[in-house]
This record gives sequence, structure tokens and C-alpha cells, in this order.
Amino acid sequence: MPTTDTTTVTLRIPTPLRSATDGQATVEVEAETVDAALRTLVDQHPDLADNLYDEDDELRQFVNIYVGDDDVRFGEGVDTPLEPGDEVSIVPSIAGG
Amino acid sequence: MKTTPDILDQIRAHGADAYPEEGCGFLLGTVTDDGDNRVAALHRATNRRSEQRTRRYELTADDYRAADAAAQEQGLDVVGVYHSHPDHPARPSATDLEEATFPGFTYVIVSVHDGAPEALTAWALAPDRSEFHREDIVRPDPEAP
Repeated sequence: MPTTDTTTVTLRIPTPLRSATDGQATVEVEAETVDAALRTLVDQHPDLADNLYDEDDELRQFVNIYVGDDDVRFGEGVDTPLEPGDEVSIVPSIAGG
Repeated sequence: MKTTPDILDQIRAHGADAYPEEGCGFLLGTVTDDGDNRVAALHRATNRRSEQRTRRYELTADDYRAADAAAQEQGLDVVGVYHSHPDHPARPSATDLEEATFPGFTYVIVSVHDGAPEALTAWALAPDRSEFHREDIVRPDPEAP
């Protein structure tokens, strides 16, 4: 039987995306993995979808996700499990010519 | 974008310092009620490209986190980025468009010719990511904090 415990985590939203989150710098969601947290965030704030995901529904290349101080790319990626109280940050990398 | 001549001079100076390579960094400030980015400080960064630094630049996610931490300490946010175009015009290149990050940031470009800074422009990425639009650069309202 699943327990009734929930995993509430805090998502940190970078400045330019806050127009899609009613100005909120942080959003709390209930999610067991990074992927679930991001999908829940996008369900709640659909204008974020095109900024975070590409045409193939993959995270855009410049979108990096940190849990605490750890870049999930060097661990289990979006499958990274979350603990209650984790802080999940959306962090852009930037490049150009 | 709203900012002061002093901030613009700091961007020009970084472009000159980095010449003939591209210099880059972050714009720290606040977003006005009108959605304009008001730049109050800079966070200089290192061009992380391992090659072609005369025509490419890169800022890592860790660089962004460092800039964000510096912004928070000053009660500010990261509201954009700047970079220089050594011996090229101050307008976004095809690479700038291909590799652009989020709409909502202000992207400042300073042209540096023979080591001397010239034109400085500001740009916003269209919401559909198809092109950059020129942003006016104006002084902040005098009563603003």
C-alpha cells in the first residue's frame, strides 16, 4: 500500500521565467522525482513549457537542473529521486558567438 | 533596459580588457512593473569556451549560480547577460540566436574594434525564440531606489 506521506519540494524559478509563475521566485510541488517536479510545475504554469522543453519534449540543452548544489546531469538526471524539503533549481547555461 | 552610464562604461571596459577574446558576464538588477529590466550592477565572468574565444563565449550553470548568489547578496536578481563582439558589429550573430537561453533576459552586446569599445546595444529574445528585438537603453527614473 502506498503511504499517505507526500514529498513536497521547492522549485527555484530563474528571473525571466517568473512572468509565467505569477512573479513567484519559488513554487512548491509534490513530486518523487525531478522529472515529476518539473512536469507538475509545467502543468501548473503552462507558459513555462516552451522555455524548458524542446520540440521533442526533452529539456532544452541550456536548461540545467540542480537538487541542492548537485547538477542532476552528473547523477541520475531527471530520474533523480527527491526527499521532502529538497530545493530544485532551474539554472540556465549561456553561450553565443 | 534601464541603466546608468557607469554600468554601460563597465561593460565597455570589460570588452576592451578581454580583447581580442570575447568578454562576458551577467546583468544584475530588478524587473520593473512594466516588465523592463533595470540593471543596477554587473557580475564579471570568465569566458569558459576552451577554444575560439575570439568569436564564441560560454557561461556555465555554475557561473550562473555564482552570479545569482552575488545578486541575492545585493537584493538583486540576474536579469540578463552581456558579451563583446571583437571586430564585429554590436548585433546578435546567428550563433547568438541559435544558442539563446530564456526570453525575458536582456542581452547586451558591445562591439570592440582594435581593442577600443564602440557601439553598445541591448536585445530581447522574442517569446517564440525566432529573433532578437532591439531594446532601448534608458536611464532609470531618478526616484527609483
